[in-house]
Amino acid sequence: MVAALFFYLFASVAIASAVMVISSRNPVHSVLFLILCFFNAAGLFILLGAEFLAMILVVVYVGAVAVLFLFVVMMLDVDFVQLRQGMLNYLPVGGTIGLIVLVELALVVGAWAISSDALTAAGAPAAGNVTNTEALGQILYTKYVYFFEAAGLVLLVAMIGAIVLTLRHKQGIKRQDVSAQVARGPATAIEIRKVEPGQGI
Amino acid sequence: MAIGLSHYLTVAAILFTIGIFGIFLNRKNVIVIMMSIELMLLAVNINFVAFSAALHDLVGQVFALLVLTVAAGEAAIGLAILVTYFRNRGSIAVEDINLMKG
Repeated sequence: MVAALFFYLFASVAIASAVMVISSRNPVHSVLFLILCFFNAAGLFILLGAEFLAMILVVVYVGAVAVLFLFVVMMLDVDFVQLRQGMLNYLPVGGTIGLIVLVELALVVGAWAISSDALTAAGAPAAGNVTNTEALGQILYTKYVYFFEAAGLVLLVAMIGAIVLTLRHKQGIKRQDVSAQVARGPATAIEIRKVEPGQGI
Repeated sequence: MAIGLSHYLTVAAILFTIGIFGIFLNRKNVIVIMMSIELMLLAVNINFVAFSAALHDLVGQVFALLVLTVAAGEAAIGLAILVTYFRNRGSIAVEDINLMKG
């Protein structure tokens, strides 16, 4: 009963905040509603028994992705009022396509049933007295270790790509060039002059 | 009424539809389009976790973890492209993006 109450609470707040994400006037508010939506999705995950994913969702999305969005929205000096012009023109076609997708999804959910083999064919059953995190780790680091490595590779490539895209060298700034400093020898650094006594340089 | 798999699937379907609707509604604003894509990926994750819980199979949660990774990478790369584009053009309006004349 309490679980049902919490389900409806989390689901309704998540959907309402998702609507606010796409309809809010100010993109900063959109990002904040996105954070609220992800918090409520994390609540849904906890209700489903996936505590580890819920915490990861909060850490990754609220802690990293949403802050990244917020940073970009605040850093770029964009005229958002001008970007919103003509929004009502897109309402009919967007609404039509959204309705079509919703009807299709409803048809799929309505006319669908789990095959009786699926329950017996489950690859990695959750053990009885093991926490969700431990059970996830036991299969993630053994059976699915290559997928885990591939995920790490994806993150590495994303990191390198983001750095390469946004890094820029400003002209007119003196930078330290270590190899030039190391390669410098007496031949290029010192000039030996013959100074006559009593004359000065 | 007990909360079953279909409830979670309904929530995920509504979130996915809101994501698609958001892409069409904010066709000029790339930032909100990217947030809509994040919403759609979240809906997919809810589906994965709901099926994982219903079938007592942890593989769904493993896959949701991978989707989360790809979503984070996608957000980072997309925002980096956005920042670079804004530096070059001074605008992020989507209909102005025709540099490659595709």
